Amino acid sequence: MIASDQISAVTLRDVRKTFGDFTALDDVSFDIADNEFFTLLGPSGCGKTTLLRMIAGFESTSSGTIHLYGDEIAELPPNKRPVNTVFQNYALFPHMTVTQNIAFGLQMLGWSRSEVDARVREMISMVKLDAFVARKPSQLSGGQQQRVALARAMAPRPKVLLLDEPLSALDLKLRQDMRSELKRLQRETGITFVFVTHDQEEALSMSDRVAVMSAGTVQQIGSPAEVYNKPENRFVADFIGETNLLEARADKVQGDTVTCTLPDEGILLAKTNHAVVPGQAGTLSLRPERMTLLSEKPQDDCLKGHLKDMTFLGTDTQFEIQLDNTLTLNVRHQNSDGNELQIQSGQPVYIRIAPNAARFLVS
Amino acid sequence: MPRGFDIKHYRGFYTLTLLCLFILYAPLIIVMIYSFNDGRSITVWQGVSLRWYADIFVGPEAEKFKLAARNSLIIAVIAAITATSIATAASIGMIRGGNFRGKPASFALISLPIMVPEIVSAVATLIFFSAIGFKLGILSILIAHIVFCIPFAYLPIAARLQGIEASYEEAAQDLYAGRWATFRYVLMPLMWPGILSGFLLAFIISLDDFIITNFVKGAGIETLPTAIFGSVKQGIKPNIMALSTLMLLVSVLLVTLSFFVGRRQDTNPTTNTEDS
Repeated sequence: MIASDQISAVTLRDVRKTFGDFTALDDVSFDIADNEFFTLLGPSGCGKTTLLRMIAGFESTSSGTIHLYGDEIAELPPNKRPVNTVFQNYALFPHMTVTQNIAFGLQMLGWSRSEVDARVREMISMVKLDAFVARKPSQLSGGQQQRVALARAMAPRPKVLLLDEPLSALDLKLRQDMRSELKRLQRETGITFVFVTHDQEEALSMSDRVAVMSAGTVQQIGSPAEVYNKPENRFVADFIGETNLLEARADKVQGDTVTCTLPDEGILLAKTNHAVVPGQAGTLSLRPERMTLLSEKPQDDCLKGHLKDMTFLGTDTQFEIQLDNTLTLNVRHQNSDGNELQIQSGQPVYIRIAPNAARFLVS
Repeated sequence: MPRGFDIKHYRGFYTLTLLCLFILYAPLIIVMIYSFNDGRSITVWQGVSLRWYADIFVGPEAEKFKLAARNSLIIAVIAAITATSIATAASIGMIRGGNFRGKPASFALISLPIMVPEIVSAVATLIFFSAIGFKLGILSILIAHIVFCIPFAYLPIAARLQGIEASYEEAAQDLYAGRWATFRYVLMPLMWPGILSGFLLAFIISLDDFIITNFVKGAGIETLPTAIFGSVKQGIKPNIMALSTLMLLVSVLLVTLSFFVGRRQDTNPTTNTEDS
């Protein structure tokens, strides 16, 4: 439980879904807090969309319970659940205008004509579509359709808004604009958002909390900074952001600090989330941007290697460094004035690793 | 398709096309032309006249044709409406009903009337009616027509429904529409062109059916095709040509209507997200 005095928006307990022999969701349990921007993040086939469709009511649970603000909803059909969905392809009714699309849910709820009109006007100005009210969806751009879909789903004031990869059909620039737009809408309306995506950048930039999923199970739940900086396991470290993963063995353990030995040579200090015992094997995760490349040997501990390859990426340059043992590391160097790095292929380089840069993962 | 592929460049394309068109349409054109002939002959041209069109409505056979046309229209309207309703329900069951036991068998049953030779259906239906002691008449024709119209109505309706993404129905349910409201306000408007095509097709098929109708109609009841056949048995007069031309006109009108309905763009659910 997140806060014992407050009822969770969504409570999942041991939720399981099987399709024949295939387990799409394997006893998933967690809580989504009221007024939270919560993201289900994972690769395709991890079960995140299935989970969302279960909350919406399009998919039944094989076992387990789903509560919405304290009420069990497993037996309710989709039209009886106080949640609304923004579909991946928007699913705007093609035979209705923008106004009719937004009014649909309100009419089905039996609102009076004047209430419907007022609410539709409010939604249209909220998503800034005043000039397009009489258009059919086919006469709108992808971004405009997206806004109609949002307005339509938010008009009935759902307790929870479900968003199924709503930005995936937009081009990059529009996608970035919509991120801040979605965040703004969530803050202004106070509606609990459950957002499904496979795009870790989207998840990190918008969410209050992220649930990282893989193969039907939740790997880690935490704030964007937590899942990025303190990954629970190898999958999370690898899926969120870029990282270097190295096999390592714990030598000494002091609180959350582990002294590790790399396969051939080299000793590293790493932080860990786990109770580690000396001698335990695990994986080290090293973020490319947390390491510093130096052409001169520094005073403190460092790894030595030589430049194998480099890729210019605009804001950064990525260097592929071959260590003196058999490992290679990717290191990011920010391209800013006075920060140029002059190293030649094959020339020896030194990598300094910040105390908090490395994480020791046991699984 | 290979680059530069153009069917017009194939040798014999024009000849073959003209031959096909000639065989298909020459008899129809001759019937249409001779329906305006001013004389009793069906082979010798004697000048332009509308006398045979008048003859259908006021001539000696006028009463027979009017009664037959009325029967045909009543049967076609009721049979087409009933068959279209059944076909609509069937297509939703088949396409949205998930995988139920007996689905392939159901599909086979729906489409059977298209595949069984009509004469077999005709004989079988007649035997069935007489076996259960059902009185032959307009009702027996109607029942037989409903049955064989179902697959013709089903095909365009099912094709349309297949092209409609299930997410529209999910969106409707998500927005608090129950099953009926989802069908009434979302699915039916999207299926409408298919439903109308199915209806028109069933209507035409019923209107010009001869074989089954002739078997199950009983004595004294005539539809337009059986009435025309009855007249022709006593020798072809140009009034039959005039009547045929009118029926052809109705068919062409309905098929054209059905074509344009099917092409209506604003209700086409597949052109939803083309620009972005």
